[in-house]
Amino acid sequence: MLTVSHLSCSRGNKPLFADVSFTLEPGQALHLEGDNGVGKTSLLRIVCGLSPADAGEVRWQGQRIQDSAAAFRSALFYLGHGLSLKEELSALENLLSDAAVAGRALTSAQAMQALARMGLRGREHLPLRVMSQGQKRRTALARLLASQAPLWVLDEPFVALDARAVDGLRALLAAHVAQGGMVLFTSHQPVSLTTTDGATVPVQNYRLRGVA
Amino acid sequence: MNNQAFMAVLRRDLLLAMRRKSEVLTAVFFFVVVAALFPLGIGPELNTLRLVAPGVLWVGALLSSMLALQRLFEADYRDGTLEQMALSPASMPLLISAKLLAHWLVSGVPLVLLAPVLGLQFDLSADALVTLTLALLLGTPILSLVGGIGAALTLGVRGGGVLLSLLVLPLFIPVLVFGAGAVEAQSSGLGAQAHFSILMAMLLPAAFFSPLACAAALRIALE
Repeated sequence: MLTVSHLSCSRGNKPLFADVSFTLEPGQALHLEGDNGVGKTSLLRIVCGLSPADAGEVRWQGQRIQDSAAAFRSALFYLGHGLSLKEELSALENLLSDAAVAGRALTSAQAMQALARMGLRGREHLPLRVMSQGQKRRTALARLLASQAPLWVLDEPFVALDARAVDGLRALLAAHVAQGGMVLFTSHQPVSLTTTDGATVPVQNYRLRGVA
Repeated sequence: MNNQAFMAVLRRDLLLAMRRKSEVLTAVFFFVVVAALFPLGIGPELNTLRLVAPGVLWVGALLSSMLALQRLFEADYRDGTLEQMALSPASMPLLISAKLLAHWLVSGVPLVLLAPVLGLQFDLSADALVTLTLALLLGTPILSLVGGIGAALTLGVRGGGVLLSLLVLPLFIPVLVFGAGAVEAQSSGLGAQAHFSILMAMLLPAAFFSPLACAAALRIALE
C-alpha cells in the first residue's frame, strides 16, 4: 500500500502545492488531474523518491520510502517524460538492457512478445532513431508488459498514442489493477479502464490544486 | 542482481560507443593530431624532442579525455536513463562505476595503446616507451574517475563545459606531474618505481570514492 501524507512542494520561492494526501491500495488506480504547471510531474517524482518534498512523507507498506529504498524500488515501475530509450539501440536492445538495469529478469523471447503485443512486430530490430514518436512510446510502454512491479507510476502515458494503442494501454492498466496491482497516472483526458473481457475497473480521481 | 545490472550498464555503454563511433574517434583523433603536430613544430632536434615528449603526450591525453568527459552523463540525463538508474534497486554507485569503466575503456584505453606509437616520433627509447605506456595505464583511469565527479557536478548547468574544465583541470595536475615525471625518472636512471607507486596511490582511492561522489552529485542533479 502506498500512503502519501501532507506533501508540499515548491519550485524556487514559488509554492506549487501543499498538504496533498492520498492512499493507493492493491487493486486501485488513481488518476491524478490538474492544470498545466500545477505540479503533477513534481508530485510523481516525489512519490518515486527522485525529488525531496518540502514537507510530508511517502510510505510504502508502512515504511518511509527513504528507509526501505531497495524494497520500494524493486516494487516500483516509473515512466516519466524522458522515456529512457537510446536512439542508437533497437527496441529489443532497449528493453533488454533496461530490464537488466532495473534488476528484472527478461528473456529476449519475452521481450519480442511484449513488443509484438504493443504492435511493433517486425520492428524489433530497428534503431529507435528511425521510429515515430508514437512507436517510441509504444516501445517504452512495452516495458509494462515485462514488469512484475506491483506499483506503476506513469506520467502522461496516453500522450502521442493512436486510438488503438490507447485502448491497448487501458486494457493493460485494467488487467494490472484487476490482478491486485496499483496504478498512479496523470492524464488530461478522463480515463476509464476496461479489461479485455469487458469488466470495468474503478478509477479514483485526485485533483491537484495549486497554492493560490 | 547487482552484478547483472553492472554488466548491463557496461554492455549498453560499450554498445552505444560502437554505434556512435564519430564521438569516440574525435577524442582519439585529437590526441593523435596534438602528438603528431608537436615534433613538426619543434623541429628535428632529437634531444629537445626526447625532453618534451612525456609532457606533450600527457597533456594531449589529458585534454583528449576532457573532450569526452562532457558527454559522460549528458545523454543519460536528457533521455531519462539516469532516472531509471537512480530508481533501480541495484546500488547506484555500482551502476556509475560501470559507466566510468565503460568511459575509460572507450576514451582511455585507446590513448594507452596509441602512446607508444606516437612516442616513436619523439625518439623515445624502448625503455621510456614502456614507462610512458605504464604511466598512462595507471593515470588515464584516474582522469576518468576524477573527471566523472566533475561531469556529475556540472550536469544540467548551462555552459557546464567551461565550468567542468575549471573544476577538474586543477585536480588533474598531480596526475600530470607524476605521470610525465615517471618517464623522466626512468630515463635519468632513477627508476619510475616511486612515480608508479604514487599514481597507484591516487588511483585506488579514486576508484573507491569517485562512484560514491558521482552518485551523490547525480541524485542532486536529478532533483
